[in-house]
Amino acid sequence: MASGTFAESGADLELVGIKKRFPGFTAIEHLDLTIPAGSFFALLGPSGCGKTTTLRLVAGLEDPTEGSILIGGKDVTKLKPFQRQVNTVFQSYALFPHMTVLDNVAFGLRRRRIEDPVAKAHEALVLVELDHLAARKPQQLSGGQQQRVALARAIVNRPALLLLDEPLGALDLKLRRQMQLELKSIQEEVGLTFVHVTHDQEEAMTMADTVAVMNKGEIEQLGAPQDLYELPRTAFVANFLGQSNLFTGHVASTTSTSITVDVEGAKITVPTKRAQRHTGEVTVGIRPEKLHLHKDEPKTAAGTNSIGPGRIIDVSFSGVSTQYTVAVPGLDNLTVFQQNTTFGPIAHEGAEVWATWEVDHGFGLQDDPGAAPRFPADTDTATIAVQKRRALKSELEES
Amino acid sequence: MAFSAFATGTAKEQAPRRKSKIALLLLLPGILYLMLFFLVPLVSLVITSFQQPVPYGDIGEFQNAFKWENYVDVVNTYGEHIFRSFAYAILATIFALLFSYPLAYFIGVKARRWPLLQNLMLVLVIAPFFISFLLRTLAWKAILSDESFVVTGLKALSLMAPDAHFTGTPAAVIFGLTYNFIPFMTLPLYSTLERLDTRLLEAGSDLYAKPAMTFFKVTVPLSMSGIVSGVLLTFIPAAGDYINASRDFLGGTGTQMIGNVIESNFLVTLNYPAAAALSIILMAVILVMVTVYVKRSGTEDLL
Repeated sequence: MASGTFAESGADLELVGIKKRFPGFTAIEHLDLTIPAGSFFALLGPSGCGKTTTLRLVAGLEDPTEGSILIGGKDVTKLKPFQRQVNTVFQSYALFPHMTVLDNVAFGLRRRRIEDPVAKAHEALVLVELDHLAARKPQQLSGGQQQRVALARAIVNRPALLLLDEPLGALDLKLRRQMQLELKSIQEEVGLTFVHVTHDQEEAMTMADTVAVMNKGEIEQLGAPQDLYELPRTAFVANFLGQSNLFTGHVASTTSTSITVDVEGAKITVPTKRAQRHTGEVTVGIRPEKLHLHKDEPKTAAGTNSIGPGRIIDVSFSGVSTQYTVAVPGLDNLTVFQQNTTFGPIAHEGAEVWATWEVDHGFGLQDDPGAAPRFPADTDTATIAVQKRRALKSELEES
Repeated sequence: MAFSAFATGTAKEQAPRRKSKIALLLLLPGILYLMLFFLVPLVSLVITSFQQPVPYGDIGEFQNAFKWENYVDVVNTYGEHIFRSFAYAILATIFALLFSYPLAYFIGVKARRWPLLQNLMLVLVIAPFFISFLLRTLAWKAILSDESFVVTGLKALSLMAPDAHFTGTPAAVIFGLTYNFIPFMTLPLYSTLERLDTRLLEAGSDLYAKPAMTFFKVTVPLSMSGIVSGVLLTFIPAAGDYINASRDFLGGTGTQMIGNVIESNFLVTLNYPAAAALSIILMAVILVMVTVYVKRSGTEDLL
C-alpha cells in the first residue's frame, strides 16, 4: 500500500474462484465476480446468503478458503485489512465511542500520515453536512447522523473500493430514502467504486448500476436493475426481486418466435427469446403489475394471454395501487396490481374476473421444475431469510 | 397535546419528591454506618495525631494538645519508609497491570467463543481468595525461603550466588504485593474488556491501523475505566500493606513499609500520636496521588 497518498480513482474488483468455509457450513460455494472501476455495485440477497461474508473477504476481515481477490489487478488475498486500500461502512457503523466525530473521521488519515488530516476530515464532514457536529461524540448523534459519520470516515480515505454493509438497515424509511439519494450522489461526485450489500431489493434497484442477486453462497443473476426485474432467469430472482406469478407446465407448441405452455388446460405463451428453456417442463412467469383484470370474458386476441375465470379472494389497498388475489381453479393464486387511477377498487371480493397480459411481458425460467416443484408458498423472501438465519444460528451454536 | 404536556409535567414534579424520601430511607443505614465506623474514628485519629505525652506519665499515656511537630518528627524519622511504601506500591501496581491485562484480555475477548473456558479461568483468578491472605503469603515464604527447593535449585544451577537470599529483599516484597493484588487488577479489567465491541477493532484495522496501533488507540482507551479501577484497587491497599513487607513474611529489616511502622508504633512502642500522624499522612498522600491519577486518565466520572 502506498502510504501517504490517495487512490487516484476507483479500482476494479475481481473475485476468482472464491470459496469460504466456516466450521460446520460453507458460506460461499464458488464465486467469480468482476466489478468494474467506478461503478455502484449492489450485492442483493436474503440473510445468510453469503453477501456479508463476501464483503468481509474483500475487506480482509476474513480469509478465503480458496480463490483469490484482486483489487485494481493486484492480488490482495494475503494482505491484512490495514494494508488494503479498501474501507468499509459497517452495518453497526462501529464509530469509536471515545473519540469525537472529527477524530473518528481523521482516524484513517492519521494512520496513513496523510498531510493535514483535520482539514480533510472537515471537508468530508461538509460533504455529509455534519461539519457543525464535528466536536460531538458519536453517542450524541441520531442514527442517521451516525450513519453519515461512518460514511465520511470511510470516504475521507479515498479508498479504491468502498464497501457498504447494509448501512441503511437501521434507519427509518424516510431517512433511508434520503440517504439512498445522498449515497448515490456522493458516489457520482467522488467516482469511487462502491460495493453495497443489502437485503432490500428496492434499495439495490434505486441505487446500483449493477445488481448481483446472491442465494446460498452463489450469484443467481447479475445485471442492470431493470434487466433483472423484467427478465429474471430463476424463480429465486423472480420472487426476491419484486413479486411474480409463476406457472409450470409442459411445452405444448412452439413457433419460431414463441413457446406455448399448457398449465392445467390454460395456454400461456412466452416469447422464445425471453425463455431460458424451450422444451419439456417449463416454468413461466409474469409480474403482477403487468396483469389486467376484466369483469367479462375477454375476446381471445393474438399477442395476449388470458386466464380465467377466477374469483377474487382478497383486495388490499396500498395507496398507489391495489393488490388483488385471484383464485383460479387448477392454478396457484394470482397476484394482480392495479394502479388506482380512479377512486375505489375496480372489483370486489368474490367477483368473477379474467386476467390478461401481453405475451411480450412474460418470461420463462431456467430452473428445472422437477428440482423445485411448484415453488411452494413458504419460499417467499421473508421465509427464506428467516429459515436461513435459523439454520445459520444453529450451525454457529453447534460449532 | 396540551393534556399530555400537562400530565408529564406533573408526573415529573411528583416523581423526584417521592423517590428522594425512599432514597433517603434506603441510604440511612449506610450513612449511619459511615458516621460510626469511618467519620468518628477519623476524627479520633486526627485528634490523637496532635496529642502529646503526659508529663511524668507512663509509656503510652497521652493528653490532648495541638502538637503539630508530631508530623515533622514522623516525616524526619520515617521519610524513607514512606517513600519506600509508595515506590513498592507503584512497582507492584505496574507489574500487576502488565500481568493482568493480557490475562483479562484473553478471558474477556479471546475466550468469548468458549464460555466454559472463560468461567474456568475466572474461577482460577478468584480461587486464591478461598485461602486466607496470610496463609498464601506464608506459603510463598516457604516456597522462596533459603531452604526451599526453588532457592537451593537456583543455587545449584549457579543462577543465584551461594550466600544470596530471596526472602527479605525488596524484590520478594514487591513480588508478594503483585501476587496478592492480581485478582483486584484482573477482575475490573475483565469486566470492561468483556464488554469490548470487537467490531471496533475491525473498524480500526479497516482504517489502516496496525494491530498495535488499534490496541493503543482503541482497546486501551475503551478499557480505561477498568484500568483505573484496577489500579486504584491495587495501589491503595498495596501502599498501606504491612503483611508482605513484614519480617514474619516476605520482608526483612530493610524493606519496612509505612504499614509496618504504623503497626510497630501502635502496638510495640505505644507511640500513638506518631502512628496516627503516619496514618493521616498515608491517607493524604494516597488521596492526592489518586486524584492526580484520575484527573490525568480523564475518568473523573468514576469518582
